[in-house]
Amino acid sequence: MANKAPIRTNDSALIAMIADEDTVVGLLLAGVGNVDLRRKTNYLIVDSKTTVKQVEDTFKEFTTREDIAIVLISQYVANMIRFLVDSYNNPIPAILEIPSKDHPYDPSQDSVLSRVKYLFSAESVASDRR
Amino acid sequence: MAGQGQRLTVVPTVTMLAVMKARLVGATRGHALLKKKSDALTVQFRAILKNIVSTKEAMGDIMKNSSFALTEAKYVAGENIKHVVLESVQTASVKVRSRQDNVAGVKLPKFEYFSEGDTKSNDLTGLARGGQQVQKCRVAYVKAIEVLVELASLQTSFLTLDEAIKTTNRRVNALENVVKPRIENTITYIKGELDELEREDFFRLKKIQGYKKREIERQRASAIGFAEDQIAEKLSLSKGISMASAQNMLAAGAKDEDIIF
Repeated sequence: MANKAPIRTNDSALIAMIADEDTVVGLLLAGVGNVDLRRKTNYLIVDSKTTVKQVEDTFKEFTTREDIAIVLISQYVANMIRFLVDSYNNPIPAILEIPSKDHPYDPSQDSVLSRVKYLFSAESVASDRR
Repeated sequence: MAGQGQRLTVVPTVTMLAVMKARLVGATRGHALLKKKSDALTVQFRAILKNIVSTKEAMGDIMKNSSFALTEAKYVAGENIKHVVLESVQTASVKVRSRQDNVAGVKLPKFEYFSEGDTKSNDLTGLARGGQQVQKCRVAYVKAIEVLVELASLQTSFLTLDEAIKTTNRRVNALENVVKPRIENTITYIKGELDELEREDFFRLKKIQGYKKREIERQRASAIGFAEDQIAEKLSLSKGISMASAQNMLAAGAKDEDIIF
């Protein structure tokens, strides 16, 4: 990350999501959904018919779009494209793994949380030694 | 001298010594400042670390609640509510504003969500039945978004800080373990070289001094010899005989005829 991308400040950015239908419906109900002039949406509903390729492309599109600040992604969907999620480390848009209804949340699979846990344990060991 | 660690290739002069000393002072100050920065970042980092863990755990609960609220709404308002919701999406009313926070020169992104306009499109959803449940569900999800946005900004700060701390620590270590020893080595090298020069000079002066002394001594000795000769000459002259003839007299005396009394 030598060529660190400058942090964009944006007055109104969108929250994108890639999740199962129920989660998307709930979030849309709260009012995060957006459809632009070309009928492009800021969400992807992942069901049994969605291919990994589709998810991959959508993820790439969301992470490169200028007007998206946060990408919410269901954990089981993130597991489908784990290599992409793990290799992504720009500050904006932020990737956030969320639990979905059918798949219980497993903190050990979260790419960020596993690092947090790792640092936590490393630090507590270090502080013990001191 | 050359085999002892690394040093910069410089000409060992007094000017260079001054320059190196100035550089050492600069490096020391930079090291101290970077160390402070690293400490400040680490403090912030720990705070975020703690926050992130608790927020992540809270997120699980809140998502569960909102999912349940959705199920309730579905149960009351019928399964087709999701189609209504999916069809009525127009423009986002909940958006995110991102701004920067500055921690010891590191820019951290901070998100905050805000509602824009009215949520008019969904107002009529579930009017026939289950309107209250739908509203409840919406409230639950708005709350969830609040937490999610907070978590997102924490997570982003975490990643950025992690990177910044790594960079800063790398710089601190480079200054401490590479730059400073190298400059110190250079300084000792220059000092040693200057001392050597001084000793050489001193030795040379001593040598010359000794040579001069010996020369003077020799001259004086010869002068004294000469003066003694002269005094003897003068003495014999005053007696009427020259020193040389006095000696000759003795030498000539051997040829004299025998004197008979």
